[in-house]
Amino acid sequence: MGVPIDVKQTYLAAAAAVADSVPGTTHSWLRQLRERSRDRFAETGFPTTRDEAWRYTSLAALTRHAFAPAAADAGSVSKDNLQSVGLDLPAHRLVFVGGRYHAALSNPPKTDGAVFAGSLAESLAHAPDQLQEYLGAIGTPEMGALAALNTAFMVDGAYIHLGPKAVVERPIHLIYVGAPNAMTTPRTLIVAGEESVASIVEHFVGFDAQSYFCNALTEIALARAAKLTYYRVQEESAHGFHIGGVHVRQARGSEFVSNAIDLGGLLVRNDLRTVLGEGASCALNGLYAVSGRQHVDNHTVIEHAAANSTSRELYKGVLDGRARAVFNGRVRVHPDAQKSDAQQTNNNLLLSDDAEIDTKPELEIYADDVKCSHGATVGQLDPNQLYYLRTRAVDEATARDLLTFAFANDVLRRFDLAPLRVDLDRRLMDRLLQGRVIREVELV
Amino acid sequence: MKMLTIKNLHASVDGKEILKGIDLDVDAGEVHAIMGPNGSGKSTLAHVLAGRDGYEVTAGTVTYQGKDLLALSTEERAREGLFLGFQYPVEIPGVSNIYLLKAALNAVRKHRGEEELDAMDFLTLVKDRMKLVEMPEEFIYRAVNEGFSGGERKRNEILQMAVLEPRLALLDETDSGLDIDALKVVANGVNVLRGPDRAMILVTHYQRLLNYVVPDRVHVLADGRIAKTGGKELAHDLEKKGYGWIEAEARV
Repeated sequence: MGVPIDVKQTYLAAAAAVADSVPGTTHSWLRQLRERSRDRFAETGFPTTRDEAWRYTSLAALTRHAFAPAAADAGSVSKDNLQSVGLDLPAHRLVFVGGRYHAALSNPPKTDGAVFAGSLAESLAHAPDQLQEYLGAIGTPEMGALAALNTAFMVDGAYIHLGPKAVVERPIHLIYVGAPNAMTTPRTLIVAGEESVASIVEHFVGFDAQSYFCNALTEIALARAAKLTYYRVQEESAHGFHIGGVHVRQARGSEFVSNAIDLGGLLVRNDLRTVLGEGASCALNGLYAVSGRQHVDNHTVIEHAAANSTSRELYKGVLDGRARAVFNGRVRVHPDAQKSDAQQTNNNLLLSDDAEIDTKPELEIYADDVKCSHGATVGQLDPNQLYYLRTRAVDEATARDLLTFAFANDVLRRFDLAPLRVDLDRRLMDRLLQGRVIREVELV
Repeated sequence: MKMLTIKNLHASVDGKEILKGIDLDVDAGEVHAIMGPNGSGKSTLAHVLAGRDGYEVTAGTVTYQGKDLLALSTEERAREGLFLGFQYPVEIPGVSNIYLLKAALNAVRKHRGEEELDAMDFLTLVKDRMKLVEMPEEFIYRAVNEGFSGGERKRNEILQMAVLEPRLALLDETDSGLDIDALKVVANGVNVLRGPDRAMILVTHYQRLLNYVVPDRVHVLADGRIAKTGGKELAHDLEKKGYGWIEAEARV
């Protein structure tokens, strides 16, 4: 037995060690932001199940040992093995390996006055003033230990800037590849100008059997009447740890759609938070399909911060094996946010007796003229539907898969991006069929 | 040719005996009506034959096309050409009608050693059968029975039957809850599908459907047994006199 390692101290020492080599050290605002982040993490350490927001998700497996930050040459990825894990979308593509932009695998949009999509590190070197207003200001270190940790270590990620009225026809596809036995801290910043329109896919992948820690943070600022459809596809390796924060600030009349799917990862936690300005709207659609010993926790927060804002939320879960999932949906209607309209639904399908879901709506309403509703269900496949299908010659196993797929597809059909939807349909189908065969994935 | 032979069939649901010794012979080419008051066991008989979980056969035998029907799973019975039209067709959100039709037909054809129909032939077949039940095309792209009216659901059952071309069709109260136009459409579907190789059993409470589909034999079920069997005129007697006299006879 060795001496227990203090994981928090190991991360803090590593953060101090890279403090002079991470991008942007010459900008005092960024140095201060990173200091704040280290201080914050030093103060709190990793959350435990004693923290209310982490009650059902233990990070014990993640904090058993410290992952070192991925080296610049971490993991060699070729076009071929990227194809084996990646979605092949007709899209502008930015690929990040070892947490750093990989130009050879990428085909970003041509930079013009209206649209920029490229490496965050390069932007910090060339145009730091553009970033200062947003970076660390929407997803602040104070939002949690993991956000602080990301900010202390961030080396690269994507920076996407859309000028006023810019319309990006092709979606922008960001692919983050996990680095074996290391920590990556992808950082994405999306700044969408007034009345701009875009679709952006964030896609997290890893190779089979590799253990690693991906601690991602995404900040999104939507100016007046901007429209963003944001896809988040989480397909980490079966042994991967994934922590993802998405923090959105929505100005007046902006429209934000989040379509999130969790298929991979051993231990996954997503925090999605949006703050709605006057007349702004959001639709948060989510699907988690987990089996074996996977654990996926989705926490969402919708802040109705101004009047006439609308939110729609639908999260659905399919749990098999000994999988565990958490859904926590907070909707907060601020005192001035009259005529807010919020609907939240969380439905779960348990395919095995050993699967477990904890679902909790949290409505905090401080205005009096609002419409808010929520509903959560947990259930099994409907025996009447199974029987009906079997009387139509469909065997029982197929009937089960079909009904399970239909349940999940209720979320996928909302994904407007057809090539992505079709691909995810297929992945989900594969996964459901495998679910019965490969029920158990051993812990690392 | 014998299609179905039921001997001394007893069955229980939740430990309660519902069928108390049914004997029935149905030949290919015949249409039989099974009538009877509520609670007499008509629907139970249909579900026992289709193989519903929780319907326990405690005695008796059922021979279907020379095979022991009760030894087959629900889906095997369907693949062997048995079709149950539901009294309450089930909604299946997220599964389209066309998908279900294709999955079902493929499973049946595979079982028979036939190749799957290609997409064009399949669509041609389905569209042809849809005319039979006067169903607009958009219905096949909708989720199975989701948001369908009662009449639309029953027509959908007949459509499925017409596509699957079963050897033995059990129609459980397919006439209930239909207005006269829908009833005629359903009856027409049944009549068109009548044929020398196919047998049909119509389970019904009322004589109404039998005005449009003339049965070869009529059986009256009372308290889990067949209390009386006759020709089509028996249905008219029941319409006039109700079920009381048969139940009284059965008790003697």
